[in-house]
Amino acid sequence: MGVPPEMLMTRFSLRRFWAVLIKEFVQMRRDRLTFAMMVGVPVMQLLLFGYAINADPKALPTAVLSAESSAFTRSFLAAVENSGYFRLVREATSEADAAALLARGDVQFVITVPSDFSRRLVRGERPPLLVEADATDPAATSNAIAALSHLAGTALARDLGGSLRHLQPGEPPFEVRIHRRYNPEGNTQYNIVPGLIGTILTMTMVIMTSLAMTRERERGTMENLLAMPVLPVEVMLGKIIPFIVVGYIQVTVIMLAARYLFGVPMVGSLFVLSVVLVAFIAANLSIGFTFSTVAANQLQAMQMSFFFFLPSILLSGFMFPYRGMPDWAQALGEILPLTHFLRIVRGILLKGNGWAEVWPELWPLLAFMLGAMLLAMLRYRRTLD
Amino acid sequence: MNPDLVIDVSGLSKSFGGRPVVRDVAIQVRRGEICGFLGPNGSGKTTTIRMLCGLLTPDAGEGTCLGYDIRREAPLIKREVGYMTQKFSLYEDLSIRENLDFVARMYAVPNRDGEVDRTLEQLGLVGRQHQLAGALSGGWKQRLALAACILHKPRLLLLDEPTAGVDPKARREFWDQIHRLAADGLTVLVSTHYMDEAERCHAIAYIAYGRLLVRGTVDSVLQDSNIATWLVKAPDPAALARQLEGRPGIDMVVAFGTVLHVSGLDPEALDRAIGPWRDDPQLQWSPAEPSLEDVFIALMSRTRDELQ
Repeated sequence: MGVPPEMLMTRFSLRRFWAVLIKEFVQMRRDRLTFAMMVGVPVMQLLLFGYAINADPKALPTAVLSAESSAFTRSFLAAVENSGYFRLVREATSEADAAALLARGDVQFVITVPSDFSRRLVRGERPPLLVEADATDPAATSNAIAALSHLAGTALARDLGGSLRHLQPGEPPFEVRIHRRYNPEGNTQYNIVPGLIGTILTMTMVIMTSLAMTRERERGTMENLLAMPVLPVEVMLGKIIPFIVVGYIQVTVIMLAARYLFGVPMVGSLFVLSVVLVAFIAANLSIGFTFSTVAANQLQAMQMSFFFFLPSILLSGFMFPYRGMPDWAQALGEILPLTHFLRIVRGILLKGNGWAEVWPELWPLLAFMLGAMLLAMLRYRRTLD
Repeated sequence: MNPDLVIDVSGLSKSFGGRPVVRDVAIQVRRGEICGFLGPNGSGKTTTIRMLCGLLTPDAGEGTCLGYDIRREAPLIKREVGYMTQKFSLYEDLSIRENLDFVARMYAVPNRDGEVDRTLEQLGLVGRQHQLAGALSGGWKQRLALAACILHKPRLLLLDEPTAGVDPKARREFWDQIHRLAADGLTVLVSTHYMDEAERCHAIAYIAYGRLLVRGTVDSVLQDSNIATWLVKAPDPAALARQLEGRPGIDMVVAFGTVLHVSGLDPEALDRAIGPWRDDPQLQWSPAEPSLEDVFIALMSRTRDELQ
């Protein structure tokens, strides 16, 4: 007597296990894109986390509004730049100009030197120097501000030698007054919660539309759709617009939570925001639609969405300070719609920005949207060839 | 251009990845005619139908469908053709009525509600109109698919194996429906594997290995084939079949129980081929009328030999 047949079925068979193993490898090899993603995603994460992300941003763009030019102010500004945290990029022409630079996000700091600074300094009146910081992202400015406070005591050490020695060290010869604009308490939630609007929209919108055409293909309904007299643009718009509505519902929920749970200030016009939202949602939907014309199945579509989502989160300035990243990462970030949307939404809600300040960030968003739509139209096949 | 020809194409060829799937196919279908499109799996039927309705661009060949050029006027063809795909291709997560509403809107059918009602009525779907398409059995899905094809009153129906996997009763009802539609002037090109369905067609076209082998009415195909068939009753049919198969002049040997059907496209060659066995007292030979199936299988094996 051999082994009873029921024993054959219950005992672990190396051969059957091997059969499953081989089959899995063959299938894995057939799905090239999935395999590429499995290798590509870790490499991308490694590069982005390893090289691009820096929680201690340096060389932040700074504008100077100086009413006088003296040895003291030059020394102070030199010390500011030598700290490594600041890069003096602009000479503001007026207070209004300085305010606009901050609102547009062109500079992170504005240093204002009052007109009688040197005179009062020499008299020992400890004159104030005003440093305004764009504190919408507290993480981006906190280290720089900390560095600034030390400067008052040391910056003028050499200038105040000789007969003026009595002025140092003791108390610092002047006062650095720091003004955290837009987010005085440095509340991180004020930055994160508006940012979440963009992040959540990016994630859901790209995924949902990336499934739009692949679902038709996978369920076999594509052939019928193609056999009907319908234009690609009709299909695309018909599939995209329902999600604009879904996107608006998401935004409403997040905004209500931002207002009533997190107390995020909403200084700017919600109308401007809602117009920008259409462009942002449409940009994400069209990139999702493009994915769906490329992907062979829903799994691939999901992977492509993830491939897009990851840099969006890491390089847009949502999680880590945008200005802390190296130039190549910033250049990549500029391509992503989320980067621009974050600047807009933070600008509107926290700074009260209007059309004039929003436009420089809005047009890249529109350009991206048109580009993605064009690509989707070119990729859309009207036949089964 | 003959205005009576709804489909008039010639020289159609198509390859995928260098592998020819359809070679030099010509089809003509007259108005109001039901044309059966026959051939084994992978013979190029689906590809040909897709080229006719603009879903695929032919590599070579030209012609017209409903008077429109199949290369340049595909969008116009789509408007007036009802195409029923081989695999169910309506939305399983929509109800019957919602599917038909969608199709009616796509074709901008005037008086949509009325037309949908009429079509539901025509195909006996009224009672199930709110059921999800995904919950329907094969026969009902097929009715829904037909309803979606005829809703916009097309002038031509292209049906790709519409009755595959459907029970005999539903098949018969389906064909009754097709005949009623043809009687109203609709032209139908229908691909099938069933010989009984082929016999219900006004004309048939047989395609194998991407080539059109015969076309005409069922009678003319049988006649023109010139095929001869002998029945032979043998004590060991399997052994006899092995001996007969592949002899020159014998194109096909098929076993039906203890009886073998032995056919050849050349009657004289067939007679010569079976000569050595004719006088075997254990075997009973009798001549038979060839069936459509005999003709096709014989044609197929000959074509395969020619291609090799």
